[in-house]
Amino acid sequence: MSRRRWNQELPQGTDLPVLMPSATRIARSATVERMSGFFMLRLQPAHGAALLLLFLIGCGVAQAQAEPGHPSILVTIWKWTPLLLGGFLFNLAISAVAMTFGTLAGMFLGFAQISLLPPIRKGAWFTTHFFRNAPWLVLLFYCMFLLPFQVTVFGITVPIPDWIKATLGLALPVMANVSEIVRGAVQSIPTAQWESAASLAFNRRQTMWMIIVPQCIKRMLPPWMNLYAILTMATVLTSIVGVAEMMTLTGRVLSAESRPGLLLAFYSYVLFWFFLYCYPIARWTVRLEAKYAVNH
Amino acid sequence: MQSLWDWFRALNDATGINLTILYDSFDRRRFVSGFLMTLRLAAICIVASVLIGIAGAWLQGSRLRLTRSLVHWYIQFFRNTPPLVQIYFFYFGIGSLLTTTSASGSAVPVVSNVMWAIVSLSFFAGAFNVEIFRSGVEAIPKTTIEAAESLGFSRTRTYLFIVLPLAFRISLPALNNNLVNLVKTTTLAYAIAVPEMLYVSSQIWSDALNVPVMMNVLLFSYFLLVGFLVWVMHRWERAIKLPGFGT
Repeated sequence: MSRRRWNQELPQGTDLPVLMPSATRIARSATVERMSGFFMLRLQPAHGAALLLLFLIGCGVAQAQAEPGHPSILVTIWKWTPLLLGGFLFNLAISAVAMTFGTLAGMFLGFAQISLLPPIRKGAWFTTHFFRNAPWLVLLFYCMFLLPFQVTVFGITVPIPDWIKATLGLALPVMANVSEIVRGAVQSIPTAQWESAASLAFNRRQTMWMIIVPQCIKRMLPPWMNLYAILTMATVLTSIVGVAEMMTLTGRVLSAESRPGLLLAFYSYVLFWFFLYCYPIARWTVRLEAKYAVNH
Repeated sequence: MQSLWDWFRALNDATGINLTILYDSFDRRRFVSGFLMTLRLAAICIVASVLIGIAGAWLQGSRLRLTRSLVHWYIQFFRNTPPLVQIYFFYFGIGSLLTTTSASGSAVPVVSNVMWAIVSLSFFAGAFNVEIFRSGVEAIPKTTIEAAESLGFSRTRTYLFIVLPLAFRISLPALNNNLVNLVKTTTLAYAIAVPEMLYVSSQIWSDALNVPVMMNVLLFSYFLLVGFLVWVMHRWERAIKLPGFGT
């Protein structure tokens, strides 16, 4: 570790000319991304416009390929919209349930990661990194294949539908990422806060709940919201394991229509709904991030 | 060695923990080849995406507006569409156009599915790397570049020997995040039947009917693989961290 010794000998901490602000920006975004486990979504209105254009091109292609007797493509899409939106609501329900349970479990795990008891701390660290390092698809398969399709409790047989298993499969990585968000936020609070709380005779629990956590919320909110947007988009993964959400339903609609050229129009329509939902969240996240960044 | 394999066979008979990948030489070879395929996919994509990132960041500093806007649209496309869609786009969209006719008259793809997985994953991760390296390059003060110019460095040599080494050290934490995500994204190659670890495992569990055991093996394999990568990268990050900079 000769390098470290060399570091400590430096008088000012740096021997470089001042770096441009971009360096601080990338360091900060790397920290946030490492906490939430994902890149920050940066959706812009132009992306929505591009999707809309793609949708219009798809409609044009479908219209050009349609045989004379067929109804217009827009009428066809309008006809299926209630069904597809039902599927979309299912996506949203999955994301909301997975986020709720993932966040609750993740909070516990995150606080366990900063526990003073080594076994709890190490166990929580291992659990967090175990689920963070596993790809989402593998965790989804794990829950789909390994959970029983029904459980018998006290002689009552309760069936477990597919979507609950899929939701659990998505909640596990959310839990691990939330845990890391909590740990990262708590550790990003300057130690002076702990020390001044101790000097005012706060005990550990009081310090945590009355001083540290309220300051953490600001730092946790942007990565947490980003995680939610990512999770919403990841709910389409459940179509691979056969949950009847929007993507699966679109596939069924396409085979029911059995008309050439509908592919592009329908899939860009689906994408557009996801964009409509995720865009406000992504914008709000960016805004909050900018607002809270001043306090760093 | 053989006695060890036999022990796992006995374990299966005694407890039902059916580790066919250890005692069955065919499954063993399959799993090892799947593991190596995942490693190869990850390694090639990491190298290719870093190269794309460096080249893209360099092109974004170009004087031509066309080059800059091309790179901009490349980033926008690959950053804002799901990687699964990109893989399908390359494999089914472009791959189906690039075919030749074999001797028997059937259509044969020119580019294999493994190749398409490498191409699409590299472009996917490369789009993020361009942005990461660009931020790193932007962080270099103009005076440093002017100093290099005054010493007679050409634009290319300034970039290669002055700007890039510094930018790399600034952007390494962000780069690591992206590369770790890339290794996890290689599982999506499953969707176009690339025989990587997830695909091979699904073959093994449908042959040997040992879904729970294989699932655990798979989960631990990914945990160890990604965990090792994270550990190595974070050590490297700490070692070449700019003194006095960053958190």
